[in-house]
Amino acid sequence: MASSAPPPELDPDELEEEAFDSSSQASSTATSTLTWINWYTSLPGHDYFCDVHEDFIEDDFNLTGLQAMVPFFKEALEMVLDVEPEEDSSKIPDVSIVESSAELLYGLVHQRFILTKVGLSCMVEKYEAGHFGACPRVFCHATPVLPCGRADMPGIDTVKLYCPNCGDIYTPPSSKYGGVDGAFFGTTFSPLFFQQYPELHSAPFFASTPSTIPASSSRVSPSDSPVPVGGSTFTNPNPHGGQKSALGRVYVPRIYGFKVSERARSGPRMKWLRERPERADELDNVDWKGRFKDGLASNDQDDLMQGQAGILSRDKSGKGKLFDDEDDVEEDDESEAEEDGVGPGIDAAGI
Amino acid sequence: MEDLSTGSESDYSNSWISWFLSTKGNEYFAEVDEDYILDRFNLTGLNGEVVQEYSRALNLITDTLDEESLDDDVRESVETSARFLYGLIHARYIVTSRGLSKMLEKYRKADFGRCPRVYCYSQPLLPVGLSDIPYQKAVKLYCPRCEDIYSPKSNRHGSIDGAYFGTTFPHMLFMVYPQMIPGKGQPVGSSSVADVNRSLVAGQGRVEGGGVSTTSVATKAERYEPRIFGFKVNEDARLSRWRTAKRDAQITRLENLEREQGQPNL
Repeated sequence: MASSAPPPELDPDELEEEAFDSSSQASSTATSTLTWINWYTSLPGHDYFCDVHEDFIEDDFNLTGLQAMVPFFKEALEMVLDVEPEEDSSKIPDVSIVESSAELLYGLVHQRFILTKVGLSCMVEKYEAGHFGACPRVFCHATPVLPCGRADMPGIDTVKLYCPNCGDIYTPPSSKYGGVDGAFFGTTFSPLFFQQYPELHSAPFFASTPSTIPASSSRVSPSDSPVPVGGSTFTNPNPHGGQKSALGRVYVPRIYGFKVSERARSGPRMKWLRERPERADELDNVDWKGRFKDGLASNDQDDLMQGQAGILSRDKSGKGKLFDDEDDVEEDDESEAEEDGVGPGIDAAGI
Repeated sequence: MEDLSTGSESDYSNSWISWFLSTKGNEYFAEVDEDYILDRFNLTGLNGEVVQEYSRALNLITDTLDEESLDDDVRESVETSARFLYGLIHARYIVTSRGLSKMLEKYRKADFGRCPRVYCYSQPLLPVGLSDIPYQKAVKLYCPRCEDIYSPKSNRHGSIDGAYFGTTFPHMLFMVYPQMIPGKGQPVGSSSVADVNRSLVAGQGRVEGGGVSTTSVATKAERYEPRIFGFKVNEDARLSRWRTAKRDAQITRLENLEREQGQPNL
């Protein structure tokens, strides 16, 4: 390739084509009408990218600092913008180097672009069309996911997918995304996206079944706010928080129908990872260090009682009920189940 | 069997079960011992009412069916019934000690895939049903690291009936092999494949907290923390703190229990 550095009058499209042929699957016919950006975003595995508007790239202000990060910055920029290469391009030893610089430059500009209003609206279109796939978690019921990075510097990590329902991140299902750098989306994008479009983000609280709604809303003291939980009238009292009704079911491991007791060595240890409080104001019961506030210290004690006796009358905020831990989970909660679950759990675990 | 388009694998294996297991999409299934199937006690409740063409299907599975005598339509339906019957027997078999050890072997090879959750570090998964009744829900995959369930990546696996594995299986496995319970955090040092193998070989491995108690393993679990220009997002952070509080409450609860019993929570 080094010897085939193109003469200046060569059409830039052809120039790219040459580079791509060496790398992979460019179709040799279509390139003449495609811009570099269109072509690049249509490659397999590049479908998470949106098309960055050329005027965004042409504005030097948006490229601040990138010159130091991208080798052959000027040539890469010309390639991305389909500008005729200038005379001195023949100095470049290998066109594939420029090609990879162009990809890096595009990715880093993309990271900035998708934080703009226009970029966010481009991405919301792709999001709503399901271009990024769905959450693999069963109880997220195929909630659409959004690409995100775990680092803003390139070369650290590949792209991940953020689910706005469980708030967790997942590896893309196909290995074709294994070559896409997470920095091309950045750490800020997905949280910002859901700040911009809170109606797509799940609220942090979840009331288990419709039957409990009247009960829970009656427990809300008038001063708390008019919070109708669930249903079509769903609102999150926090105007900046997620406005979508959460898909809040949590998996409960069972052996022959009995819940596995947390007292077993193999018992559940991670339920908290997916749990949500029933009401928004329960979030305020926790201090900044992630501990239940003083008035609720008894809560632990009650939970302990529940662990021992299998029955609980928790009095966290003036309400008494059975089985606080599990009640947001299932429809088939029988009062014997928990206690019986303890039996097999301990027996089998004692083997 | 030739007409079932099985590819070349079927040529050398003449038992129906090994043919079935080698068919694409059936990678999740373990081989049920013939002895187990032949013991009628293990088939209690499986009969013509549950499985159409029950006796022919059973004969097909145990390779005692005279297929030449059947016309194509019948053979087709017997074939379908045989798969169904095998699935139901499979669900029973994999919670026996033989079955568990076979499935453990497959788990070790990560035959069921790996957890898509980033902070599970490619933890191998186990198949699980959401119902023990057939035709209700497709098979899901249980991750013992995050203790959550995921849908299989491939449609081939996504369409397998969950009742062929049952709701009990993965939890029974970890009851019987508590040393196989993975830690919750990042696997120590090496890749997770090596980790699984090491813990299998050594019979200990990734159980944290001194090798016995799993009481406080959850503190090791990592979580994703959304940040905008480095700053945590209010609502996400509040929920995360609430979950931390729930986690710590559980740990306190379990530690108190442990203290009362005067021994580690086995």
